[in-house]
Amino acid sequence: MSNAAEAHGGHDDHTPTGWRRWLYSTNHKDIGTLYLIFAIFAGLVGFSMSVLMRIELMYPGVDFLPALTGGNIDAAYHLFNVLITAHGLIMVFFLVMPALIGGFGNWFVPIMIGAPDMAFPRMNNISFWLLPPAILLLVFSTFVEGPASFNGVGGGWTVYAPLSTTGQPGPAMDLAILALHLAGASSILGAVNFITTIFNMRAPGMTMHKMPLFAWSVLVTAFLLLLSLPVLAGAITMLLTDRNFGTTFFDPAGGGDPVLFQHLFWFFGHPEVYILILPGFGLISHIISTFSKKPIFGYLGMAYAMVAIGVIGFFVWAHHMYTVGLNVDVKAYFLGATMVIAVPTGIKIFSWIATMWGGSIKFDTPMLWAVGFIALFTVGGVTGVVLANAGVDHAFHDTYYVVAHFHYTMSLGAVFSIFAGFYYWIGKMSGRQYPETLGKIHFWLTFVGVNIIFFPQHFLGMAGMPRRYVDYPDAYAFWNFVSSIGAYLSAAGVVLFLYIIYKTLKSGEKCPDNPWGEGATTLEWTLTSPPPFHQFNELPKIK
Amino acid sequence: MSESKNKRTGIVLSMLVVGMIGMSYAAVPLYQIFCQITGFGGTVQAVADEQTVIVDRQIKVRFMANVNRDMPWQFAPVQTVQSLKVGEHALAFYEAINLTNEEITGTATYNVSPHKAGLYFNKIDCFCFTEQTLKPGERVDMPVTYYIDPEIMNDANMDDVNEVVLSYTFFLKEPSGEKHIAQIVSDE
Repeated sequence: MSNAAEAHGGHDDHTPTGWRRWLYSTNHKDIGTLYLIFAIFAGLVGFSMSVLMRIELMYPGVDFLPALTGGNIDAAYHLFNVLITAHGLIMVFFLVMPALIGGFGNWFVPIMIGAPDMAFPRMNNISFWLLPPAILLLVFSTFVEGPASFNGVGGGWTVYAPLSTTGQPGPAMDLAILALHLAGASSILGAVNFITTIFNMRAPGMTMHKMPLFAWSVLVTAFLLLLSLPVLAGAITMLLTDRNFGTTFFDPAGGGDPVLFQHLFWFFGHPEVYILILPGFGLISHIISTFSKKPIFGYLGMAYAMVAIGVIGFFVWAHHMYTVGLNVDVKAYFLGATMVIAVPTGIKIFSWIATMWGGSIKFDTPMLWAVGFIALFTVGGVTGVVLANAGVDHAFHDTYYVVAHFHYTMSLGAVFSIFAGFYYWIGKMSGRQYPETLGKIHFWLTFVGVNIIFFPQHFLGMAGMPRRYVDYPDAYAFWNFVSSIGAYLSAAGVVLFLYIIYKTLKSGEKCPDNPWGEGATTLEWTLTSPPPFHQFNELPKIK
Repeated sequence: MSESKNKRTGIVLSMLVVGMIGMSYAAVPLYQIFCQITGFGGTVQAVADEQTVIVDRQIKVRFMANVNRDMPWQFAPVQTVQSLKVGEHALAFYEAINLTNEEITGTATYNVSPHKAGLYFNKIDCFCFTEQTLKPGERVDMPVTYYIDPEIMNDANMDDVNEVVLSYTFFLKEPSGEKHIAQIVSDE
């Protein structure tokens, strides 16, 4: 090797050290790691909040939260509202999105398409570093007044007007809105980066129709982000000016309409739920294929099913608003459009099953999570089809049935896919493999735990228990008790997960380049574990 | 490598983002126009005074009144219910009393329930079309003339409707900040 080449190589390996490596980072793998660490911390906060809520709801009566508010019962009521609001916002914007898109997306999309890094590495840096200030604003909001004489935002994650305008006059809501602005800006920048990377930086021979499904899923997700988040930004900016500068977008006194906020919010909100789940879809495809030792069944169908879900997802938003007084024909349209989404989703579910069919399946931890994902997401999907019916929804709107539905898709769907991805890739990312037995225990503990939490909530919802209340009549006591027990089981799972992270990083076995064998065919398994700081100095050729 | 290509893609995508922000604001007037045209959300139709065919179908109109919590008026319908034939012109009154010793201007918003009836509830004239000013302690009867559009006979979705609720909410015209400015100006 010539001296010049050596000097060049030395230059390439030069990396900033200490805090500079992370704060100034332009490396997609380092930024991905930052995202994952951030998501784990935010997830712990959001999860702790849900446990506080389940402790309160374990028995009828408001007995637990007053202990946290010095016995002030009204403050305890408000604290519950603050918890549901923050739990929703944190889980959506600071756990699932950073973990799946920022974390795994940053780590593996460039590698999978054979690119040396993201298209705009410095923009990638600011995408991540907008998130800590965003969550800090949300934390600050809990220390300033929301509704008169209580601290924190209690308007729900949907921040519907007028509860978020005249109902929360204090500055807490303004801080929360700014937090959403920052988180939104972060995601939009990330989306621009992913689309540009995937369109322009694929390795020679990596055509769109050869691209791994995870990259496809992130591409579709990025488009959804790009088209939906600006609408949220617009809507919450209108909230902000309604609150502070005398505009009346949502105030009937000046000719505005609060229902318009709901339209704008759900025009963002519905694509948002696909933003949360699509990267999980992509990731699950890889894991199912790897551990069945078969290529994914119906690759093109899988890719275009995600595109179809993304496109249709923009035309179904009013199924969140059946009770605002829509005309029966409008409801019929949104009912039909919503049910149509079950078709591409069904294509995905059945293709995963067809991939496993006749495969030589190995139930390692990632595969357990992936199969668990398919089972539980299907339950959530089926209750979604039930809720799509406008007539049924009039009875189920804002009950625990809805809570159970979206937790089966999000908490048991998206979060299971995050765990699946974690176990699938932790060896690749850290160079050390996780402890297999503990991973399996973690899966079963969580699987049993979350089902005990959320399955009874279907019964509660069908019995008419409304969501977002701190208390309930005695008739709902039994299943609430069961649900809370499930929350404690899941909490044990989370503690075990933290121990597994510790154990993996401290004393995990060294991970070979490809720990999964012949089934793992994507490019990340051709690199060392962990991959070199800069990969693909010579672009890989894809046949 | 493909840096200029990346830049181009980046710029196109950023324009898409700006466009979507614009769309979210464009949604505000578009939504209003949409409600006006379709009677969506119980938006009542304002029409000119024309002769209409009177059809032999009886509809009951109930009247409802609300005031916003910042509005120091007493506001109530004079008659709680009117029964009329489809196409028949009718006149109803609401009574408003200014309970303060200040002159106060208000505007009323309105809609009908069920929402789907909005398209067929035609107002010829209404106190809600303009701002209303009441002197301290003043009491007035405010008129509304309206009729039910005979087109209602041709809409199958309206076959089950034989009662319509017309509802008003009175709001204070100026929020406190602007009112303060107005007072200063009048002092000069």
